[in-house]
Amino acid sequence: MTQLDGIVKPKTKRSKRFLDNRAPKLIEDVKTAMIMKGGNTSQTITQALKDIVTVCSVFNLYLLFRKNITRPFEDSTSLEFFSKKTDCSLFLFGSHNKKRPNNVIFGRMFDFHVLDMIELGIEKFVSLSDIKASKCPEGTKPMLVFAGEAFDTDNEHKRLKSLLIDFFRGPTVSAVRLAGLEHVLHFTALEGKIYMRSYRSLLKKSGCRTPRIELEEIGPSFDLVLRRTHLASDDLYKLAHRQPKALKAKKKKNISHNVFGTKFGRVHMQKQDLSKLQTRKMKGLRKRKGGVVAEDQDGQAPKVAKVES
Amino acid sequence: MKWNNVAIVWLQVELLHVYCDPEADECVFLPLWHVGSRRLTALTNMAACSVEELLAKAEQEEAEKLKSISVHKELDLEFDVGNLLACDKNRIEVRDFREQKKEDFLRSLARDNTQLLINEIWKQPTERVEEAIVVKLPESATPLPREKPPPKPKPPTKWEEFAKLKGIQKKKKTNLVWDETAKEWKRRWGYKRAKDDTKEWLIEVPETADPNEDQFAKRVKAKKERVAKNEFNRLKNIARAQKIKVPGVGLTPVAQQSKDDLSKAVSVAKTSTASAGRFQDRLPKEKPPKNTGKRRKFEPLIGNFGTEKQKQLELLKLMDSKKPRLDITKAVNKQMREEDREEAAAKYKKGAGKKGRKGSKAGGNKAGGGKKRGKPGKH
Repeated sequence: MTQLDGIVKPKTKRSKRFLDNRAPKLIEDVKTAMIMKGGNTSQTITQALKDIVTVCSVFNLYLLFRKNITRPFEDSTSLEFFSKKTDCSLFLFGSHNKKRPNNVIFGRMFDFHVLDMIELGIEKFVSLSDIKASKCPEGTKPMLVFAGEAFDTDNEHKRLKSLLIDFFRGPTVSAVRLAGLEHVLHFTALEGKIYMRSYRSLLKKSGCRTPRIELEEIGPSFDLVLRRTHLASDDLYKLAHRQPKALKAKKKKNISHNVFGTKFGRVHMQKQDLSKLQTRKMKGLRKRKGGVVAEDQDGQAPKVAKVES
Repeated sequence: MKWNNVAIVWLQVELLHVYCDPEADECVFLPLWHVGSRRLTALTNMAACSVEELLAKAEQEEAEKLKSISVHKELDLEFDVGNLLACDKNRIEVRDFREQKKEDFLRSLARDNTQLLINEIWKQPTERVEEAIVVKLPESATPLPREKPPPKPKPPTKWEEFAKLKGIQKKKKTNLVWDETAKEWKRRWGYKRAKDDTKEWLIEVPETADPNEDQFAKRVKAKKERVAKNEFNRLKNIARAQKIKVPGVGLTPVAQQSKDDLSKAVSVAKTSTASAGRFQDRLPKEKPPKNTGKRRKFEPLIGNFGTEKQKQLELLKLMDSKKPRLDITKAVNKQMREEDREEAAAKYKKGAGKKGRKGSKAGGNKAGGGKKRGKPGKH
C-alpha cells in the first residue's frame, strides 16, 4: 500500500481523507494493537488475551478473534497483511500447542513489517475475574514499573521492556489527574522468568503532600518465560527510532547555559559614537573654532558583551 | 504574683503552644490572669521538664511522616515521568524471594517502586482543572520506535521544477470573477462558472473551418484530450518520482504516421492476440520486426568455458567496483590536512601553556591571559 500511495488516486474526498490519515505523519498517533487468536488456543490463552484487552489502555484495538492459522515466527506475511488492513502497529498473538503450550507473542511493526517479536510462555495465569477486588476503570493510563537487573543487562530483556512499554503505556498525554493514578503494572525479571502483576494503588494519607501508597492486586497476573525471539537488526532498529528533522528542536543562537543553569545571552553591540559622549565639561577640553581635533576613531570591532538575563 | 514570674510563664506557655498541640487546649488557652499562683508554679514545672522531650517527639514524628513515604534503594530508580515509567535496576535477592511468599514479596517490591514513582510524579507542577488536580507531565524520555517512517517531502513535478528554474511564483487567483454576460459574480471554475463554454447554445462557425464539422463535438473532444494529457503527465510525474520507467503511451494519433510508427503499429497489432502473436502468418516479403524487446536467452549448460570464465570475472569486477576505491589525491590531501591540524593544535597548546604561566605569576588571574575576545557564553 505504501508503494502505491502516490499512485492510488482517491476518487472521493472521503477516501482522500482516509488515505491521508493512513499516510506517515510527523507526529504519530497512538499506536494501535491487534489481538489475534491462533489456530489452536486453550482456555487460558483466550482468557489471558481478553484480560490483556481490558487491562491495556490502548484505545484502538482490533480484535481478530477468529482463528488465524498462522505462525508468525515462520511466516509473517499474513500478520503484515492484517497490519496493513487495520493500520495497527502492535500485535498480540495467542496460541497453544503441544510443543509450546500457552504461547503469547508480543510484537510490533515498523512500516508494516515486523520489527520485534517476542514469544512468551504463560506458566501461571490468574485471571482478572479470579481475584475479587474492586477494579480500575478501563482506559486508565497505567504506571509501568520494571524491576530486575535483567531488564538492563540482557539484550532480549531490553527489547522486551521497550516492547512492553510500547504496548501498555497507552496514549501520550500532557497531564494526568493525580487521583486517577490508580493502576500499576509491575514487571519483574527474576530467575529467568518474568512476573507481570497488576495492582490498584490506594493513596493513603501520610501527613505530607505526597501520599503513601498501598497496593492491592487486581489481576491479571502472569508468570512468563521467554521463548523464541525475533529482534530487529540494529540498523533497522536505529532506522525505526530516527526522528524527522522537523521535530528536532532548533538550536537557538547566542544563548547558552552554564552548569548551574544560569542563562547567558550574547549581544552584538553597534559601534558607539564616543565623540558625542557627554562628559564633564572643562575649559581646556572645549572645542575651538577651526582647530581640528583628532578624534579617536580607530576601527573598533563590535564588542561582545556578556549579559546575564 | 510577681510580674517577673508571669513573664516566664508566658514564655513557657508559648513553648507549650508550639510544641504540644494535643495538650494545647488545656494549658495555653487559659487566660493568664486567672491562673492562681499554685497552679502557675505547677504549670511551669511541667513545662520545663517536657520541652526537650516534646522537641524530640516532634522531630521523631516528622521523621516518621517522611518514613512512611521514603524508600531506601541502593541504586536510584530511573524515571520517565512522561510515560509514568520507572525502572528499578537493583539486584533482587533471590534468597529473599524464595524465603517469603512469592506474591507478598512481589507486592512489597512493587509497593516500594510505586512509592518512589509517585514521589517523583508529585514533584511535577500541578494545576487545577475543573475541580480536579492534574499534574503536568514532561515529554517522554524513553526512545520508542516509530510506527511508520517520517513523511517524505513530495517530489516536485516537472512543472514545479521548471517554475523554480524560471522563478515563476504561484499566484492566488480569486474564486469569483465578474461575468459580463450574466452581470454577476460567478465562480472561476466548476458548476455555474463564468464564461462557461459548454453551456453555449450557439457557436459561430469560423470562416476557415469545414462547414460540416460539428463545433460542439470538437469542443468536447478537445476537452477530453486535455484531460487525458493531464492524466498522462500526472502518471509521468509519479513515475519520475518513484524512479520507475516512464510509461509510454504506445502510439498517439498523429496526422501523418511515419514508416517507423507504421511498422511499430503492425508489430503491436500482431502480438496483441491471445497467443502473443505466435501463430500469426507473415506476409511474403515482410521483414522481421525491429526493436521488439529482448528475449531471455540461456547459454548451453556445458559449452564454451572461456566465455563462462570471462563472464564470472566480469561479475567479480562489477562487485569489486562497489567498494570505495582509493583516491590517491584525496587521501594525500586528507593526510596533509590532518598534519596541519595537529601542528596547529600543538602550537595552540604551547601558547596556552605560556599564558597559563604568565597568569599564575600575575597572581592566579587565569582569565586575564590577553585573550580578550573569548566566548563569553561558555563558562
